[in-house]
Amino acid sequence: MSEFSINDVGIKVGLEIHQQLATNKKLFCGCTPIETEEYSIKFQRKLRAAKSELGEYDPAALFEKSKSKSILYFANPESSCLVEQDEEPPHELDVDAKRISLIIASALKSKIFSEIYPMRKTVVDGSNTTGFQRTMLISQGGYLEVDGSKIGIQSICLEEDAAKILGDEGSVRKFGLERLGVPLVEIATEPFEANPKHIKKIALALGRILRSTKKVKRGLGSIRQDVNVSIKDGGGVVIEVKGVQQLEQLEKVVEYEAKRQYGLLKISKKLQGIEWSHNKNEDRKITTEQFKKCKSKIIQNAIKKNQEIVTIVFKNMRGMFGYSPYEGIRLGKEVAELIRFFGLGGVFHSDELPNYGIELNDIENLKEFLKIKNNAAFLILAVPFEMIDIIVDQIISRIYHIRNDGIPIDTRLATQDGETKFLRPRPGAARMYPETDIPPIIISKNELELAQKNIPKSWDESIKELQSIYEINLQLAEQIFDSKYIELFENIIKNTNVNPTFVASILCSTITNLERSGLDSSLLKNDEIRKTFEILEQKKIAKESIEIIFKNIMAGKSDNVEDAMNKMSIETVDETDLEKIIQKIVDENEQLVKNQKERSIGPLMGIAMKELRGKVSGETVNKLLLKNIQKKL
Amino acid sequence: MPEYTGYEGRSLEFLKSNNIVVGDSVKILSDLTYSGIIMPRYEHSDNMHIVLKLNSGYNVGLEIEKIKKVEKNEITRKIIEKKGKIEPTQGLPKILLLSTGGTIASKIDYRTGAVTPILTADELNASVPELAKIANIDAQVLFSEYSENIMPEHWLAVAKKINEFEKSDYSGIIIAHGTDTMHYTSSFLSFSLAGFPIPIVLVGSQRSSDRASSDAALNLIGATKFITTSNPKGVYVVMHLDESDNTIACHLGTRVRKNHTSKRGAFQTIGGSPAFIIAENQIQENFSGDYFKIKEYQPKIKLDTKVALVKYHPGYDPNLLNQIVEMGYRGIIFEGTGLGHIGKTMYESVKKAKGKGIFLGMTSQCIDGRVRMTVYESGRDLLNLGIIPLENMIPEVALVKAMWVIGNYHDSEEIKKIMLQNVASELSD
Repeated sequence: MSEFSINDVGIKVGLEIHQQLATNKKLFCGCTPIETEEYSIKFQRKLRAAKSELGEYDPAALFEKSKSKSILYFANPESSCLVEQDEEPPHELDVDAKRISLIIASALKSKIFSEIYPMRKTVVDGSNTTGFQRTMLISQGGYLEVDGSKIGIQSICLEEDAAKILGDEGSVRKFGLERLGVPLVEIATEPFEANPKHIKKIALALGRILRSTKKVKRGLGSIRQDVNVSIKDGGGVVIEVKGVQQLEQLEKVVEYEAKRQYGLLKISKKLQGIEWSHNKNEDRKITTEQFKKCKSKIIQNAIKKNQEIVTIVFKNMRGMFGYSPYEGIRLGKEVAELIRFFGLGGVFHSDELPNYGIELNDIENLKEFLKIKNNAAFLILAVPFEMIDIIVDQIISRIYHIRNDGIPIDTRLATQDGETKFLRPRPGAARMYPETDIPPIIISKNELELAQKNIPKSWDESIKELQSIYEINLQLAEQIFDSKYIELFENIIKNTNVNPTFVASILCSTITNLERSGLDSSLLKNDEIRKTFEILEQKKIAKESIEIIFKNIMAGKSDNVEDAMNKMSIETVDETDLEKIIQKIVDENEQLVKNQKERSIGPLMGIAMKELRGKVSGETVNKLLLKNIQKKL
Repeated sequence: MPEYTGYEGRSLEFLKSNNIVVGDSVKILSDLTYSGIIMPRYEHSDNMHIVLKLNSGYNVGLEIEKIKKVEKNEITRKIIEKKGKIEPTQGLPKILLLSTGGTIASKIDYRTGAVTPILTADELNASVPELAKIANIDAQVLFSEYSENIMPEHWLAVAKKINEFEKSDYSGIIIAHGTDTMHYTSSFLSFSLAGFPIPIVLVGSQRSSDRASSDAALNLIGATKFITTSNPKGVYVVMHLDESDNTIACHLGTRVRKNHTSKRGAFQTIGGSPAFIIAENQIQENFSGDYFKIKEYQPKIKLDTKVALVKYHPGYDPNLLNQIVEMGYRGIIFEGTGLGHIGKTMYESVKKAKGKGIFLGMTSQCIDGRVRMTVYESGRDLLNLGIIPLENMIPEVALVKAMWVIGNYHDSEEIKKIMLQNVASELSD
């Protein structure tokens, strides 16, 4: 095993951002995307592989079909209609979405086509009820500047978002339709050579250009990142990694994927030196009987579920599954990911056995029964009978591919730990089909000119503008502009006299901190936030109360500001009552006051604020305490 | 594919002068360089663009004005149609699949950019491999029409074709048909082929077969299962029961109607449940009795198209009715309101029509429910004028029946008698 260093190898990376647009309608119907947990409509479907325009079947579709899943869809009439159910043809393209995508394309100096053709991109995992995603190519080319260098833009597309996965119930996958049809702009960069740190900067810059249009959605899930990774000796293979949630993940994911690809090349080379082929009749056998007494829990559970224990024999391949050219990269792992993807429990390979409850005598029996030679390797897996051939074929085909062609062309998924795992085979161009329900969209010269006129200020300019208008510092300006509260911020400043710096820091720091401690910011509606500042301005609460109120709402204990105020007994204290309270505290601690004189204010503040925090500002308490202490002395 | 489909004027000139045709792989130098395949152009588009399918799969329109140079690639990617052939299995029942077109047998058409009927019955059969496990299917294309373009001549052609197989060893005949007018065709077949010895099943789809979510496959599988398990004589329309893929409904061909423009479950049996419902491997029977009231097969494949369907509405101009009479129409089916009414303003024209010996039948635009003209004064007046109430016959079915009856019988008393006689379950008791 060798040490892998990202700086020693050549990698090229392409970024793909999917950004939801802030229109109030979906791309092809008038529904409003409302987040919801309540579904009053439920129906079931099965999707079938279909031929493309060129008369060929799509490999990804055939793959999904071989997994034969039934799909259950859930819908709420407030956020979806017959169009999302695939019970009605799409309506006309939303003009707002079109307009915003033209502005974005213009901002990136991309060449917009004068005739745009909506296409159907085959998707049969169920996330689109129609079996395809509607997508159209708006423009090609263009660039953005990051740190003085130009990053090329490959393409900009306008497309619809997919349904939300709700979960799996056995072999049935469940989706909610509220997100299906939300307009997305997909921006793909040209592949560029860069180290992972630089990649993060580029991704950030691209996101900022989008946000500066002020016409994109913000908040969780509104922007999704995919990254394409290819290595110098990879034979031109580009692996698409989907679902990078945070920029921090991006670096790790790129590094891991480059390592995996280089590792596969090494594995491929080694495989080429081995004489191996797969004989369908001899090399795959049902060996359930042989494992009936095996102590492995996984195997016992599988047998209980009436699955078969299948052994695949690999002549001359001893050591190949466990061979690890770099840390964490093994042929065995590639196979395991494939198995898990089919929803099966696991696979064991000979290089890691005996282990996991499979003992030496199990192995000896197996080898004798199947006459496995010592220089051979084998895989043991638990599979439902009717899927045996499909699964084994997939495994063998993948190993053949790695040996003969190197890196399999996959679509992969980024994991939480910054690795990647197999998602599905990369689809070919056979996926695209004209969307025949919608005629081609003509972009007029007027529309192009209007888009040019509306190119937003650069991010730098927008930040400078915020700083000067609101007199807030750079850091706060950056934070608030990047956050989902920018519009609320401007609204609050417009309608109240509260200090902008204070407002910005509450919106950015305070709420973020509360989120970090596990509370839910989606419970805190913008209206309530605005109300809070209005009440503050009316002096009905103190500054310190705000955090307490927000905490209460974000913990789900109150729905709104009034409620929270009641629950936490936050009201301002009457002046005379306040005087009495302070007096009482000083009286009760007369001795302390006499001893420490004016320094007693320290501990007395502690006692006073315990009772008065949130109701009165610290300053006021301090002033009154001092007055009373002096009176005492 | 023709070489210049959709290209005209300037755009056609452009292709010719650059020596390229649709299907050629090219590299085009314009504001950027584009590589791809020349695609046909949709009709009703301008002449200023050419359409290119890029390697990514996206189609784009490029302005001819901006094109600086065109290079043709030698390796041309031809549009491949892989033909699959299904081998028959011993011991399985035989079924005949006749294709008349419709969404169920369609794919993208470059003439309009919309979907048109093209797929052959063999391709249809091959794209639903499950069928081969249930039956050996012979496929034939009768014609290829969207059902809004189907005319009574087509009904005659279908009926005559089916008639050829009266003594065949087929267990049933499936007709792939457009959904828009499927219930008209099913009605005509029910009357003209009354007593036909094997089931005739019409199948359509609301979503085109070229897409993964198409209801075509499941509807076809349902029809095949229906024929091979139940084997009921009669004419049926088989479509999804509702928006889910788990149940297929088999409706009596004279009691069904398309009640939604686009839903999978658009077809509904009027005034009852579908005759049979297929879920997974179970068939639920809601219909007992015989579809055809005639036992022996007596084909009567003729019709008279001079029958009008008149939907009455407030303000209906009686002159329209007069015109119909003047044009020599021999029958008028009224789609009246409620229990079977039309306004007083029509009475004179109705009298005139009756005077000419025209058959006048009454159905209701309520669609569901029974016409009963003795209840209200208006109804009784109309009865007096000689309008025949047609019980609970669906208006479109009544129209087709009238065309059939008038085409086969000439005596007005006989016409009236047979219109009121239950021939193929079009009337329920």
